[in-house]
Amino acid sequence: MQYDLVVIGGGPAGLAAAIEAKENGIDKILLIERDRELGGILQQCIHNGFGLHIFKQQLTGPEYAERFINILKEKNIEYITNTMVLDITDKKEVYILNEKLGYKKINAKAVILAMGCRERTRGAISIPGFRPSGIFTAGTAQRFLNIEGYMVGKKVVILGSGDIGLIMARRLTLEGAKVIAVVEIMPYSTGLTRNIVQCLKDFNIPLLFEHTVIDIKGKSRVEGVVVAKVDENKNPIKGTEIYYECDTLLLSVGLIPENELSKKAGVIIDKRTSGPFVTESMETNIEGIFACGNVVHVHDLVDYVTLEAKRAGKAAAKYIKGTLRRDGVKIITINGKGIRYVVPQIININNSKEVTLFFRVDNIYKDCKLEVRLNEKVIKSIKKDKVTPGEMETINIDFSKLDIKQDDKLFVEVKE
Amino acid sequence: MYDVLIIGAGIIGTSIARELSKYNLKVCVLEKDNDVANGTTKANSAIIHAGYDAKNGTLKARLNVLGNQMFDKLCRDLDVPFKRIGSLVLAFDDNDLNTLHKLYDNGIKNGVKDLYILSKEEVINIEPNVNKTVKAALYAKTAGIIGPFEMAIALAENAYENGVEFRLNSEVIDIKKEDVYVVYTKNEKFKARYVVNCAGLYADKINDMVSKNRFKIIPRRGEYYLLDKSVKLVNHIIFQCPTKLGKGVLITPTVHGNTLIGPNAEDLEDKEAINTTREGLRFVLDTAKKSVEDIPIGMSITNFAGLRARTELDDFIIKEAEDSKGFINVAGIESPGLSAAPAIALYVLDILKSSGLEFVRKNNFKNKRKGIIKFSDLSFEEKNELIKKDSRYGRIICRCEEITEGEIVDAIRRPLGATTLDGVKRRVRAGMGRCQGGFCSPRVMEILSRELKVKMEDIIKDHEGSYILTGPTKKEVD
Repeated sequence: MQYDLVVIGGGPAGLAAAIEAKENGIDKILLIERDRELGGILQQCIHNGFGLHIFKQQLTGPEYAERFINILKEKNIEYITNTMVLDITDKKEVYILNEKLGYKKINAKAVILAMGCRERTRGAISIPGFRPSGIFTAGTAQRFLNIEGYMVGKKVVILGSGDIGLIMARRLTLEGAKVIAVVEIMPYSTGLTRNIVQCLKDFNIPLLFEHTVIDIKGKSRVEGVVVAKVDENKNPIKGTEIYYECDTLLLSVGLIPENELSKKAGVIIDKRTSGPFVTESMETNIEGIFACGNVVHVHDLVDYVTLEAKRAGKAAAKYIKGTLRRDGVKIITINGKGIRYVVPQIININNSKEVTLFFRVDNIYKDCKLEVRLNEKVIKSIKKDKVTPGEMETINIDFSKLDIKQDDKLFVEVKE
Repeated sequence: MYDVLIIGAGIIGTSIARELSKYNLKVCVLEKDNDVANGTTKANSAIIHAGYDAKNGTLKARLNVLGNQMFDKLCRDLDVPFKRIGSLVLAFDDNDLNTLHKLYDNGIKNGVKDLYILSKEEVINIEPNVNKTVKAALYAKTAGIIGPFEMAIALAENAYENGVEFRLNSEVIDIKKEDVYVVYTKNEKFKARYVVNCAGLYADKINDMVSKNRFKIIPRRGEYYLLDKSVKLVNHIIFQCPTKLGKGVLITPTVHGNTLIGPNAEDLEDKEAINTTREGLRFVLDTAKKSVEDIPIGMSITNFAGLRARTELDDFIIKEAEDSKGFINVAGIESPGLSAAPAIALYVLDILKSSGLEFVRKNNFKNKRKGIIKFSDLSFEEKNELIKKDSRYGRIICRCEEITEGEIVDAIRRPLGATTLDGVKRRVRAGMGRCQGGFCSPRVMEILSRELKVKMEDIIKDHEGSYILTGPTKKEVD
């Protein structure tokens, strides 16, 4: 089997990337999805709030996905569901598995990685205690409720204030469960402010900052959790323990880009994002292998995933047609003071005179400036009332009037 | 009426059951839990020790060394993962060096083959990640790693195939000695000429039902971290010098390619206290860092605890009760119990023989057990052939461990098959990977529900009462 472009993952990133490549003149495209239907995690996000930036409308997750799925079908882009990619090589050989085709090798001229992310688990954060049933990651619980149609518990404590956890606090409450508290180890939430208001405050669900779950009780099913306040080193403070009787513990403690497959192809992962190092064209270190969406870095708004995916789709089309530039000066972006990471990490201005930088701050800052420097020179400075790690920031940089030399450095910093 | 009734379906009970199934005997295994291998067998270091550690002259020493040599054939016959990767005991100071030589001498006395003292350079050469302050190490080539619950499950399946009966969910609540033994569970009673007590942590309770010669099982908890497969720390089983509380904290690859770190040792009263603790895990990590300084604990995928069933004696208790002929205790089987298990089974057969049980070999004994096909291990061609025969092998259910629907269905349908989420996990590793079942548990539950013809809400994680779902959602969302 031979394709020009293989897109791995049929969520918002994969869908937008495939459509964009098609619109840029690529015909032989195959999009591969492991689940039963296209749309990815959007299909279980039945709340609204999607599409505000792109469609200026409040859509539910499935509605947002449907718009792209319809375009994909209208454009006759080939896709297969229930299909797992088991291996990719740096020669862009993609090994797929499904019930109908069996185990097959596909050769592609270009590959777009759009596998999304997975949730951090109890094991990853080493919560001690028993190992009863009733401990779910928020996304798994969301799937049980919204796709499978089952409730996961009656009295719930949620650890972590990531967006899925906040959304699930409201969802479970509407389903008749009692959400006792949301517990967050950091002094701030990692979720969107609007979700804290709409999902917790509107339902009088307490949010405890600088607290964490230190023990899980119950030998068969969860019977309760012990929560304690933590000190500045995140160690629990003796004497602050609270026992919550509950039958369910939900974890919303972070998302990890899913790059096991990328690594098989030799793609190098940036420790700051847990995703591949990418260029302005969303190309990885392996020529012709692109990446976009949550596999690159975790986004909080799907709209930005779509924008990033379009970049990847367009660039992959250029690559296939042989017009993606490799010559010219390259600069690297650097996360300076107060910034956790910047994407893209490498910029070749021959491919794009205007580049949007995606980045996250590492703490809450009030009345600050977000500053972009080219080496020593400040080229952009944006005033902010408040920035938080829970909300991704973007800055557009126009390179056309700048004097750029090879290996120049572009710093992004928080100025207090 | 049974010839032999075995109480407990852990590694010891299943080893004895399988050994007895070679003979024309009517044998039954009673297990209180809903699955075999669900106690100490499922939570331990998964090591087949070489046998230099146990004091010369003890049953532990003798049966460990004997047992160790039996695993190659046993694991081949039963299709169980086993790798002889060798172990190292690291020495960091003169005291430790002294200990190494004592262990070496003890090992030679015990009959352990292929024991060597390695120099610092030799150690670092084969284990580049160990702490560079290491001075020397005792290398035991015959030590290995195994899937302990896979082993017990395989033994049980093979015993079953050879005619042994298994009664799960059958907790023994009383035993009466009449002309034969009458063993009571909640709903049934079983008569048997011989009773073998392999009840692990509860072996004292079972003994008390029959014998006046009491012993006490002291649960000694050990806590562990399990790291992601992408972490490669060591190539061998890495021990530190033993202390009074045991062989100490080890770092080892598992047969499936993860890294296991632990255990600590803490004596408890509660026989069900398989919870991990902040202090325990902290101790494990801090101690392990003496062996390997740089441990990426953020790559931990789970932590767990197991309880060793120890007694105050320094040795296994494997004998017929003096005041009750035909009642055989196999108790206090702490480490190296797993390593000794096959030899313990033979030893128990000898006891039964000398107590008058007649052994006649079956001529139709099937010594091979066909394991569950491991799809991810197959070649390109083999994969396609298998999918042609059964398309369910073309559907990946567990992404992390690449487990197909075909494998899961096999795990459920085979004799003594899985009935719970964890039962599936122990048999085929679905849910054992880095996402810890986040993606696959709804799918596995669906398959369990379909295959066992039970409702989704009735699927449990592990023990009775470990329900996962509480019922359907409201039909319409307001």
